[in-house]
Amino acid sequence: MSEARNVWVFIEQGDGQVADVSLELLSKACELAQHLGSQVWALLCGYQVEGLVETVIQHGADHVLLADHPELEVYRTLPYCRVAVGLVKQHQPYIFLIGASPVGRDLAPRIASAVRVGLTADCTDLQIGDFLYKKENTLYKDLLYQIRPAFGGNIIATIVNPKTRPQMASVREGVMRRRTPDPSRQGTVEAVRPGFQPQDFALQVLSHEMRPPTVRLKDAPVIVAGGAGVDGPGEFELIQDLANLLGGEVGASRAAVDAGLVSREHQVGQTGLTVRPRLYIAAGISGAVQHRAGMDKSNKIIAINTDPTAPIFQVAHYKIVGDLAEVLPLLIKTLREKAK
Amino acid sequence: MPYHSIVLVKQVPDTRSVSGDVITPDGTMNRSALPAIFNPEDLNALEMALQVKDQHGGTVTVLTMGPLQAAEVLRQALYRGADRVVLLSDRKFAGADTQATSYTLKCAVEKLGAFDLVFCGRQAIDGDTAQVGPQTAEKLGLPQITYAEAILSLEQDEIVVRRAFDLGIELVKCKLPCLLTVVGSANQPRPPSARKRIAYKLACVPAEYPRLLQQWPDLGDEASLDALLVQQGLKIPVWNAADLPVNEAELGLSGSPTQVYKVNYVVLEGTESKDISPTPEGIRALIEELVEEYIVG
Ligand SMILES: Cc1cc2nc3c(=O)[nH]c(=O)nc-3n(C[C@H](O)[C@H](O)[C@H](O)COP(=O)(O)OP(=O)(O)OC[C@H]3O[C@@H](n4cnc5c(N)ncnc54)[C@H](O)[C@@H]3O)c2cc1C
Repeated sequence: MSEARNVWVFIEQGDGQVADVSLELLSKACELAQHLGSQVWALLCGYQVEGLVETVIQHGADHVLLADHPELEVYRTLPYCRVAVGLVKQHQPYIFLIGASPVGRDLAPRIASAVRVGLTADCTDLQIGDFLYKKENTLYKDLLYQIRPAFGGNIIATIVNPKTRPQMASVREGVMRRRTPDPSRQGTVEAVRPGFQPQDFALQVLSHEMRPPTVRLKDAPVIVAGGAGVDGPGEFELIQDLANLLGGEVGASRAAVDAGLVSREHQVGQTGLTVRPRLYIAAGISGAVQHRAGMDKSNKIIAINTDPTAPIFQVAHYKIVGDLAEVLPLLIKTLREKAK
Repeated sequence: MPYHSIVLVKQVPDTRSVSGDVITPDGTMNRSALPAIFNPEDLNALEMALQVKDQHGGTVTVLTMGPLQAAEVLRQALYRGADRVVLLSDRKFAGADTQATSYTLKCAVEKLGAFDLVFCGRQAIDGDTAQVGPQTAEKLGLPQITYAEAILSLEQDEIVVRRAFDLGIELVKCKLPCLLTVVGSANQPRPPSARKRIAYKLACVPAEYPRLLQQWPDLGDEASLDALLVQQGLKIPVWNAADLPVNEAELGLSGSPTQVYKVNYVVLEGTESKDISPTPEGIRALIEELVEEYIVG
């Protein structure tokens, strides 16, 4: 089986729906599998989730491994890990992609550790390419390039796992583009029986309360984002006001989130959300590579910054060198006047 | 009943202060301009462990893997109430990805002896990967509770924990021993205690002896300082690869399945752009243009 070079995607589901990030990964997996001449396999775990198989196939899976079991109804690390690790060992996929959601970030490292393979978190791009391992003077063909910004300034690192299989990577929601589903697509389903062990149930979920997202950054036509240059919550209200006026959402840099100006749901970037709005306004954001990774595909970008050398200006279509405390009120006032 | 906790911590460059003079004009980073700090969520993990000790008794042992300078975070832990600290440091540990890191930590935790709880921060700010906690738990064969925000009860060998996500919470009950990764909203880490700061001001690793002797020449020479620190329990133990029951092939760079193939500098080409003056006229013209192009309206 190991020559099959199949690309696996972990399918996250809840409330009778497949998570967006899993559908996005299926689209990417199709691309990778086409390049490798192999298949896309989906691992779908849950209870009474058979109804989702169709969606998964329409979005790109050739084969669905379906682990449907009452013990898998609510996500728990150990039972899910038991199923995934067993199947990975049995089938030896070439690549295994998992969404970097709370569930994926809990599960993926555990699987990688159990199978003793590498895992790259929060990739912003995935490609297939060759790798000359200088230490061994060996050429590895068709590896997964796991691409992500690296700490240390304006740098992007390409990471590979030359020896271990599967090559595992996690990807945040919104990074990959989701293709439109193809209702005529055919795929096969294989029911798998989990072989749980008593120790898999060391943890019990007593209650689980999730609320629907209040911010819909991903679909927002306009995003007004604030960064560390915003001086306190009072000034951050300007960001909110402008977003409201434009019918948009509020975004933020990690620095603004860390400063407590706004909740983490609003974070744009490599470890936040990737967005592609019609208009992105960055106020008081320097434009670090991790931030740009999440917004540089926006249709139009306006940057407001006091520092004319800030890297954000390099990706901006409209540059406003100025103090956001003056520019934002001006924008708000002008828009209000126009509306009258 | 008393609980014995182990806290895994990391010294990280303070990525939050990346700005201005740290980024050079060509976009590279002057790392040495960044202060090294206690990873923020690891302080929350330490605080949670200290609260368990405050309420139930027991001990808190803090472990870090890093260069010898990382002894600083261990001192910070002692100032806050840790009972015992250990530094894992060896060239052989260097260049580790999360797989090799968690393997090294696992070997060290096993060497420390019996424990009930392992705490770590949810993630480190220099990588944001959140992988080391779960991978260490897996290697120790422990259940994991990631995103832990509060311990709601701890009785006998059972813990009830609230997990916190951006979009909700979950309550879980788990058998001990287990590993928790702690989020920043969990607590307000206590500041170093003034009394402990004095008590532990000499706590150090041998590599720091010259610095100490320079500061306090009365301490004599390295041999006498060493004897003094050992006697007072202030010598921070440094474990290297030979001190651990490890398979060396699994350590550091060579034990890391992930390899960095290449690093590219992002060349910012500069989009075609317009300068807008921050004046009422400039802003009005901008908005008119955006309306005309159906970008707003
Ligand atoms: C592993 C990792 C993952 C990361 N993930 C993300 C991520 O997902 N998203 C993200 O955003 N960051 C992320 N970061 C952090 C990133 O590297 C930067 O530190 C962060 O984006 C900086 O935020 P900022 O631009 O708001 O702050 P700064 O870099 O401090 O910039 C503030 C800007 O405000 C300007 N300014 C100050 N005052 C004013 C004023 N009055 N008017 C106008 N402008 C003003 C300044 O000139 C400056 O350019 C990550 C970092 C790491 C290491």
